[in-house]
Amino acid sequence: MTSTLESASQETPQVRSRPLTAALILIGGLAALAFGLALSISVGAADIKLSTVWEAVFHFNGDLTQHQVIRELRMPRAIAGALVGAAFATAGAIMQGMTRNPLGDPSLLGINAGAGFALAICFAFLPGLPFGQVTLISFLGAALGTVLVYGIGSAGRGGLTPVRLALAGAAISMLLVALSEAISIHFRIGQELVFWYAGGVAGIKWSQVAVMAPWIGAGLIGAMLMSRSITLLSLGDEVASGLGLRIGLAKLFGSVLVLVLAGASVAAVGGISFVGLIVPHIARSLVGASYRWIIPCSAVLGGLLLVFADIGARMIHRGFETPVGALIALIGVPFFLYLIRRMRRETV
Amino acid sequence: MSASALEQAKRRNNARAWSILLILAVLIVIVFIVSMNTGYTRLSPADVLKTLFGYGTEKQSLILFEFRLPRIVVSILIGAGLALSGCVLQGITRNPLSDPGVLGINSGAGLMVVLFVAFYPSNEASPVFLLPVLALIGALATAGLLMLLSYKKSEGVSPMRMVLSGIAIAAAIQAAMIILTIRMDPNEYQFVQVWIAGSIWGTTWKFVLALLPWIVILFPYVLFKAKTLNVLNLGEHLAAGLGAPVGRERLLLLAAAVALAGSCVAVGGAIGFVGLIAPHLARRLVGSRHETLIPASALTGALLVLVADTIGRVVLQPSEIPTGIVVAVIGVPYFLYLLAKAK
Repeated sequence: MTSTLESASQETPQVRSRPLTAALILIGGLAALAFGLALSISVGAADIKLSTVWEAVFHFNGDLTQHQVIRELRMPRAIAGALVGAAFATAGAIMQGMTRNPLGDPSLLGINAGAGFALAICFAFLPGLPFGQVTLISFLGAALGTVLVYGIGSAGRGGLTPVRLALAGAAISMLLVALSEAISIHFRIGQELVFWYAGGVAGIKWSQVAVMAPWIGAGLIGAMLMSRSITLLSLGDEVASGLGLRIGLAKLFGSVLVLVLAGASVAAVGGISFVGLIVPHIARSLVGASYRWIIPCSAVLGGLLLVFADIGARMIHRGFETPVGALIALIGVPFFLYLIRRMRRETV
Repeated sequence: MSASALEQAKRRNNARAWSILLILAVLIVIVFIVSMNTGYTRLSPADVLKTLFGYGTEKQSLILFEFRLPRIVVSILIGAGLALSGCVLQGITRNPLSDPGVLGINSGAGLMVVLFVAFYPSNEASPVFLLPVLALIGALATAGLLMLLSYKKSEGVSPMRMVLSGIAIAAAIQAAMIILTIRMDPNEYQFVQVWIAGSIWGTTWKFVLALLPWIVILFPYVLFKAKTLNVLNLGEHLAAGLGAPVGRERLLLLAAAVALAGSCVAVGGAIGFVGLIAPHLARRLVGSRHETLIPASALTGALLVLVADTIGRVVLQPSEIPTGIVVAVIGVPYFLYLLAKAK
């Protein structure tokens, strides 16, 4: 018995995966992402030719209005979209692996509810706060949600089991949502909140991109480094610890990564967390069950989805921004339903 | 452990479960009485008693019989119904996060309410009877769509596929609701938001009569299926191995859960998370055998909503806090306490 365990811990267990498909997705996805970014910069209230986009990026001329629009408004927006999409999707993949629950997404860690609660407080008691501070407070709210969920989930004997994490997450989210609802009904700020929260990447400035990019970048790299541990966790706590993983530590790191990735994104653009639910499922159905491939593919596909959805949000009703989160849900859902239907019994 | 010791332990567990059920029932009666006393106009216990036996003043009997009693009864029914629905759903899907919201029922009903408010000229009197009907239609239509989407001829309804599809449909409906509400008139928006937060507003005897048959028929049915739920809980293959006709049983139970949740949401707004939390509370109290879990869930749900509604009426008089919010505020901390205490 002991000897078989030892020999098993030498190698990663066999998890079905398709590295070739994954490589194709990564290369194709990045190319599509580059095209999407260019497209996103060129379309909007006034369309700008792709050649002008090229010039504005590589031979910037400050006298041309179009170049200024591109540099100051469209580029940060496109880049923020790609970053945030990648961050949500990666955070979702980590959550699904860690909780072993296909319903896992960053919001299950209390991130969305925490950020929403902080926003409600901001709008009710500190109206007129500058944008940057609102963002900071809503990140703190997300962190509060996560700390509560993680703390209560791992309190008591037995530590942080997947079921307990999921339940603590659902319960804390419920409480925070109820409190923000009470505040927003009492102060009649519900609609403003929805507007902010569903706002998406419109109006994002370089200063915000500069604040969130390092966090998201670090989070993505961290997720890649942790991918093997996530795969092990997704096999179950017993298997993972049998193979020599320190599961408590791995879950702590995983939760911190999710907070950094999803918290920074929620604070900047509001709750588009549906990306975090569907993209990992799509990635898993394409590349198999190994998180070494699911995580990078989720990142690329998430970025792609958000960039194109954001283009759509501007195009549907010109001059009026359709909430991008709502749009993603409307496009994503039919595809997701198709995917679920196609899944074979064992994998569902 | 010897067989007789096992038997003894089982009997002890059973006795414990029954005493907890009894305690829950007594608590409900106590809160019932307190709830009759409290409100905008206070009635002393003696007044309540006098009025109940027909000796109160006209005003007192109006308050008690036309306002308070129907509301209390509706609260109890809604709490019990949603909790039962959640209990059944968690049993058949074997996912601890299942609740009526997973079936898209809350959002289906909510979308109908939003559509109604958005496209119907606002008029204080009209929605009272139209809204619950519309909400019920929305809930049933969503659940029907979900069944259709998660049914496969070769495999029947797979629970995991159903839960995932349900979440997806709920997300799509919520997206549509955001798009519709974001440019709504603030007063209309307020109405929608209070509805979504879950406030018991169907408070006349008519609503009691509309809700009662569902609960009276479906509660015994679900209880009757307790053994089946126990078996389904073991997992699909094991259940089939034990000879349960998994597909059919699951479909019937699912239909019962939909009917329960749909009728409750229609009258009580989207207090869906009673359905998530009450079965979990009950499970921590009496264990996971469905023979005792089902009644315990119903009682816990009823107690939770009744207490929440009473508190919601009293705290910020004369304005009311939506019951759903109070449910979360009192239910969640207790739930978390149980969660942290559990092995």
